[in-house]
Amino acid sequence: MKKKHKSISYGKWGYLFILPFFITFFVFSFIPLINTIRYSFFEYYRSGIKEIGPNFIGIKNYASLLESDMLKYTGNTLILWIIGFIPQILIALMLAGWFSDVRFKIHGKQFFKVVIYLPNMIMASAFALLFFTMFSTKGPINSILMSIGITKSPIDFMGSVFGTRSLIGFMNFLMWFGNTTIMLMAAIMGISTDIFEAVEIDGCNRIQRFFYITLPLIKPILAYTLITSIIGGLQMFDVPQILTNGHGNPDRTSMTLIMFLNNHLKSKNYGMAGALSVYLFIISGILCMIVYKMINGKNSEK
Amino acid sequence: MKKKLISALIAAATAAEMLAGCGNSANSSSESTLGQNAADSSSESVSAENSSADEGKIINIYCWNDEFRTRVETVYDQVVNTSEDGTVTKLKDGSEIHWIINPNQDGVYQAKLDEALMNQASAADNDKVDLFLSETDYVFKYTDKTANVALPLKDIGINPDKDFADQYSFTRTTASDSDGVQRGSTWQCCPGLLVYRRDIAKDVFGTDDPEEIGKKVSDWDKMKAAAEELKAKGYYVFASYADTFRLYGNSISEPWVKPGSSTVKVDKKIMNWVNDSKKWKDSGYFDPAIKGQWNDDWNKAMGSKSKVFAFLFPAWGIDFVLKPNWDGDKGAWAVTNPPQEYNWGGSYIHAAVGTDNPQHAKDIILALTANKDNLVKISKETSDFTNNRSAMAALASDKSFSSEFLGGENPFKYFAPVAENIKIAPLSAYDQGCVELIQSSFGDYFEGKVDLDKAKANFETAIMERYPDITKVEWPE
Repeated sequence: MKKKHKSISYGKWGYLFILPFFITFFVFSFIPLINTIRYSFFEYYRSGIKEIGPNFIGIKNYASLLESDMLKYTGNTLILWIIGFIPQILIALMLAGWFSDVRFKIHGKQFFKVVIYLPNMIMASAFALLFFTMFSTKGPINSILMSIGITKSPIDFMGSVFGTRSLIGFMNFLMWFGNTTIMLMAAIMGISTDIFEAVEIDGCNRIQRFFYITLPLIKPILAYTLITSIIGGLQMFDVPQILTNGHGNPDRTSMTLIMFLNNHLKSKNYGMAGALSVYLFIISGILCMIVYKMINGKNSEK
Repeated sequence: MKKKLISALIAAATAAEMLAGCGNSANSSSESTLGQNAADSSSESVSAENSSADEGKIINIYCWNDEFRTRVETVYDQVVNTSEDGTVTKLKDGSEIHWIINPNQDGVYQAKLDEALMNQASAADNDKVDLFLSETDYVFKYTDKTANVALPLKDIGINPDKDFADQYSFTRTTASDSDGVQRGSTWQCCPGLLVYRRDIAKDVFGTDDPEEIGKKVSDWDKMKAAAEELKAKGYYVFASYADTFRLYGNSISEPWVKPGSSTVKVDKKIMNWVNDSKKWKDSGYFDPAIKGQWNDDWNKAMGSKSKVFAFLFPAWGIDFVLKPNWDGDKGAWAVTNPPQEYNWGGSYIHAAVGTDNPQHAKDIILALTANKDNLVKISKETSDFTNNRSAMAALASDKSFSSEFLGGENPFKYFAPVAENIKIAPLSAYDQGCVELIQSSFGDYFEGKVDLDKAKANFETAIMERYPDITKVEWPE
């Protein structure tokens, strides 16, 4: 009898301790989530201060979204994400490789780690506002360019599709490459030093070592980075919103999906916004699945 | 066993704490004003001579900055003092005004006000909205009779025809619902003028005399000729295409959306603005570096290094926009008549349906918008153009009144005749979005990024996003 008491399982206390999380998740995340999906089938918005609806209208919200420019905004979002992500992952891989290389004796490693991470500490909206002011037609960048004689008349950076998109991409790159670098560094340092030693004895050069040893071994973390970045990219909002004043200028070419969603929320159009959110949910689900399959599939081939 | 009990207790406590934490944070914002009310009302001594027993003790006023508060402090004779943080103003009869201030930017003010008005019926008496302000761009949203959130003024004992006889009549039309029942009143009237740089005028036209310059800009054709002269000397007549919008857009003959309709009808005048602006933009009359208004580039155009000759502003524009951005000597600017009479802006005071302070609401509205002496006082102290015809006419011919910023000129001389001639556009609840979106959609067209049809299509998309009940946009021939 006594013995049974001694081997008491403390597992159930674990459940009790995580209960608060599940309760808060249920109240503050799960119920809103279900409501979003529910309202996406309703006509439900405000006209002035009069509330219209909720009236059940089936999949009309989904249909009218497909007729709208939603696909164009999806394209915009993906382009903006890619512009930022490609340099981000390349630079991050390079820096992570350098920082974690024992042969390179880099001084002040900690200092550089902090510095490259710093842009991420700034609020995205503040960062965007800073760029907006710097690159405005009468801003400091144009004065510098004009005073050193590169250009005669001010360049309208935010007036062209190329200018606006590259600025947004550049900002996203600056904000996130530090974060990615630190993540990848952690992954590389997690690789056993025995492997690196063995590789060196076998006579691999740095490039071979990177492509044949480091890269395959940090694949899980790479996949994680890719997935979080895709989800983050789909939710891209504050930088283009502030930079273009919410209009996605010029000609709505830098309007992202969440900015589109935000436009609907100005009239508290919960129905349409809900339908858009469901679309977003499906898109990110599919993208994550693809990435996951891509990376896991290759692993299993080996 | 004991151990078990303790850990269960701890777990329960953690859970409870967490939930309590959530509950608190959700409520705290709404309770901060409530708590204050309770604390204040318990400490205050109720004066015996307090007349109306039904009146609540707390008057909640929703507005977007402290302008209205300073006006009330200036002219409402019941004011004792205002707390240092500016949130509570004590009145002589022991009641208090609570200022609930939310910024106008990005519709924050309207969102908070809408929330409060929708909960008006269920709110406790001391939490009810008693008075609120609205701007011309969205005043119709609140005076709309089907929305029924602003009380008809006659319901709180004001007789608009008698009490507001001396107001500019267009301000009364603006604050009325579609049946002509007045549901708000304003202390200010916002006739716009042409404000120009004296040094540039001298350089180009050889004179900075407002009379002479006024002749050169008295209609659009002359304005264009003046713009050409300015361009020849390397100046720009206005900063951007948005500057002239109010002259066209605030004098449209039909509302953007007719009552009960779901179609936005773009007025001919708006298309005139589009066409004229495109021509002017292409001719180089506007500063090419400036896109629209209310941005940093636009503000810089008001500085001494700028090449921009003039701006189109009402009194508040000169005081709150131009003055802070000007970095040169005083007296460098002057005002004269605009090419077309127009009105821009104006804040309206409304008594909310369901208020528990109708008497105070009446007193405040009358003190601020009907009392001639008070309005003259506001005008003299802040050079705001106030809503009283005879007082403004008197000020206009008052030789002793002059503005230092305008080089000793008396701006009322020009404001008063403009105010007499304003034809205000009929309003709809969709005005704010239409005005905002037409400017941003056609901005790309002026910059040469898209053609006219694409700009129109972009406006249609944007307006239907903003207002889900709009189904169609009609363009003039």
